[in-house]
Amino acid sequence: MSFYGLVDGSEKSLIQYLDQLSGVDQVGAEARAAMLATRSIKTTSKKWAIETAISMVDLTTLEGADTPGKVRALCSKAVRPDPTDPTVPSVGAVCVYNDMVEIARTHLDAIGGEHVPVAAVSTAFPSGRASMEVKIQDTQDAINAGAGEIDMVIDRGAFLAGKYGLVFDEIVKIREVCGDKAHLKVIFETGELVTYDNVRKASFLAMLAGADFIKTSTGKVAPAATPPVVLVMLEAVRDFYAITQRRIGVKPAGGIRTTKDAIKQLVLVNETAGPEWLTPNLFRIGASALLNDLLMQRMKMSDGYYASPNYVTID
Amino acid sequence: MATKKESRVEVKKTYKLFINGAFPRSESGRVFEVTAKNGDFIANPALASRKDLRDAVTAARAAQSGWSKATAYNRGQILYRIAEMLEGRADQFESEIVFTSHVTPAKAKALVAEAIDRWVWYAGWSDKLQAVSGATNPVSGPFFNFSISEPQGVVAIASSDSFLEFIDAIAAAVVSGNTSVVLVPGGLAVPAMSFAEVLATSDLPAGVINILTGSLDELAPWAASHMDIDGFDISGIQKKKHGALKEAGAENLKRIHSFGSGKTPARILAFMESKTVWHSVGV
Repeated sequence: MSFYGLVDGSEKSLIQYLDQLSGVDQVGAEARAAMLATRSIKTTSKKWAIETAISMVDLTTLEGADTPGKVRALCSKAVRPDPTDPTVPSVGAVCVYNDMVEIARTHLDAIGGEHVPVAAVSTAFPSGRASMEVKIQDTQDAINAGAGEIDMVIDRGAFLAGKYGLVFDEIVKIREVCGDKAHLKVIFETGELVTYDNVRKASFLAMLAGADFIKTSTGKVAPAATPPVVLVMLEAVRDFYAITQRRIGVKPAGGIRTTKDAIKQLVLVNETAGPEWLTPNLFRIGASALLNDLLMQRMKMSDGYYASPNYVTID
Repeated sequence: MATKKESRVEVKKTYKLFINGAFPRSESGRVFEVTAKNGDFIANPALASRKDLRDAVTAARAAQSGWSKATAYNRGQILYRIAEMLEGRADQFESEIVFTSHVTPAKAKALVAEAIDRWVWYAGWSDKLQAVSGATNPVSGPFFNFSISEPQGVVAIASSDSFLEFIDAIAAAVVSGNTSVVLVPGGLAVPAMSFAEVLATSDLPAGVINILTGSLDELAPWAASHMDIDGFDISGIQKKKHGALKEAGAENLKRIHSFGSGKTPARILAFMESKTVWHSVGV
């Protein structure tokens, strides 16, 4: 088998390919991310950025305490983020645990949210510690229940032990399960990968194996989507596009709570991967609290005075 | 060669804002000048912007639940601790007031002493408010019916340029469990920021009192319309401007009051809300 004509899927070819990737200049990446974070986005650009960011949010609830009621409320919010203003766009997707997919899909369809996909976290999220059979079944269940996107976690232990072939095979198998029914996002948990070099290697590994999106984190580990990590991943998709002519999406998740954080991410996208990536098809932000802040900033811009959290929903 | 008589270079204080227990510069980077009566330069306090106000309100809101849930006894203790710190730095406040308010040293001394006494007077109210303002209401039915006063939430204060009134306004707002954002005009910025240093060393939780120095005309309209501010003490603002501020505050039914000088528990109750609870008497 050949993957983009770059590797044949064997452990040896993967090691060979990943080891020849250029290393990441840690200080340079951090300095560039910090520099881009100082860009000032105001007035009409800010309004555009807020609405674009809303349409990119993967509205997420991944709690042990999630109830069907909470998931339905979240779905309603996903379709009409601000009930008082129909001009606010729907979010990119609703992201829930496997067993909530059917509830979310049914409710979305019932309230006119057919255009909002349900993303399911899969493959023994968040740790990724389960047998391959369990991971495949987990993914199959989610797709059967109506998930349009699968957020799988990689086996970080295997990756850190250098077993690239194992990680690669897992992604390939889950990709097969997804078929043309679901987009595949691959979660690295960058907080556990330790170095930017590893993040770059993992990015290429996942892209070669057929990921549609690469995603920073589960949201359960800190640090999560720090700007330098997102920068490294955006550089990886840019370089991958130059080699293969295929655009892979990026999804930072975890720790993005304010409009300012979200706009910084958009600046990173525009300046690193390019404006082609500024679409919900190629860039998503995994978040829960962020949406309220985006809505409050939007209210501030339209009303002319500062908003209060009392006027947006809690969940 | 340096001689023994060479005078040392003075270490001047940079005046900043007091937000969430920290001393940041204004987000805008602006400052304004405070001078003595004879025109001598005194200080360059920060000229706060509406974004500093927004940050201060966020901090005050975050601190609100903790401060209002602290026991009345604990709030009283912390406020008394502030009075202890004030007492220890009374000389500094006196000289700052002499320079910036152009009063005699004797008057400044009396003013600071009165301010500390007022602060203690208000602090004492923390565990007495319920006894005075709460009530068991007579109702026709087998129920107990209680009215309990609760703090409103976040209270903004547009202070006058008098240190005593500044102290009055803050003490009255926070003793009941409100958190506050205090807007300070002109020369009062100098003793106000020294007061912030007192607060920072008094175990007061971060965000309970936030102090912004600058222009009331610039900041007050933003505070009046801010949806996350529940009450606004506009004692430091000229009467003719009250109408516009009250109009701006109508959107979220903000309580907007102005007070004369003098201490009164009515000032505390002005930023409290009455909660009524029914409970069956049982058989």
